Amino acid sequence: REEAAAAAMLSLDFLDDVRRMNKRQLYYQVLNFGMIVSSALMIWKGLMVVTGSESPIVVVLSGSMEPAFHRGDLLFLTNRIEDPIRVGEIVVFRIEGREIPIVHRVIKIHEKQNGDIKFLTKGDNNAVDDRGLYKRGQHWLEKKDVVGRARGFVPYIGIVTILMNDYPKFKYAVLFLLGLFVLVHRE
Amino acid sequence: LRKNVEDFTGPRERSDLGFVTFDITADILNGKISIFDWNVKQLFLYLSAEYSTKNNALNQVVLWDKIMLRGDNPRLSLKDMKSKYFFFDDGNGLKGNRNITLTLSWNVVPNAGILPLVTGSGHVSVPFPDTYETTKSY
Repeated sequence: REEAAAAAMLSLDFLDDVRRMNKRQLYYQVLNFGMIVSSALMIWKGLMVVTGSESPIVVVLSGSMEPAFHRGDLLFLTNRIEDPIRVGEIVVFRIEGREIPIVHRVIKIHEKQNGDIKFLTKGDNNAVDDRGLYKRGQHWLEKKDVVGRARGFVPYIGIVTILMNDYPKFKYAVLFLLGLFVLVHRE
Repeated sequence: LRKNVEDFTGPRERSDLGFVTFDITADILNGKISIFDWNVKQLFLYLSAEYSTKNNALNQVVLWDKIMLRGDNPRLSLKDMKSKYFFFDDGNGLKGNRNITLTLSWNVVPNAGILPLVTGSGHVSVPFPDTYETTKSY
């Protein structure tokens, strides 16, 4: 009986230890998670500063620039004011009042002495220029509409973002798995 | 790189419209090495006209473009091409404009990586006549 009692006490102690250890480990993992999120945010903000663009990486959403870019390709942008807008460049712009960025090529520019510029865009794969897409009565784009200029790209990778947008269940599954992985992973 | 052009302007109520026909002879090669290396998916070629007017210090208009895929013939020999897009000025700056520069440029589209814009060497200066053409058809 004494042995049984001693064994019972030992196991209780052990359980306590384990519970305590788990709590500490849990806090540790949560802090780890927080650090990873902060680092990611810092990298993103850093990119915004270096490139001058509010959205330095965008995903191509339509096929209007095929065969160069397809839906799901990832574009890297810069938006430095010192770089003038010239024809042939691929710009990413937003139409006033609309959220979705459009990736097309500049085909016409008219620039005044003081630097004011108005320009027209067209998708490589479209038969007509973008005037039909602009706001009612708007015939040209201006510098303020530009999110950035495409300087480089990587194919296919952005398809994950499109999938997450089109299938919200997929997005939740990805986030859940990520969270689980970070919390459970031991360094 | 050689271009021969013939042009005239047509009167429009608000803006000059230019008509240009041209020939392009081009060799997209870098000596013996083709620009189409393992990482070049295609070239987006375009002919642009650059000029300045009273209204605007700098104007650039793309007159014609073409996509050249890896595997296409890198030699271009086009004759008597009409501009693909309407050459509208923002105002009436084409009439009598002596100095319109036509340049051939291209955007290199890689399989993955940087997207450079290259301007071809060799450009042609084109003067527009002082009067509008009302009789010519295009």
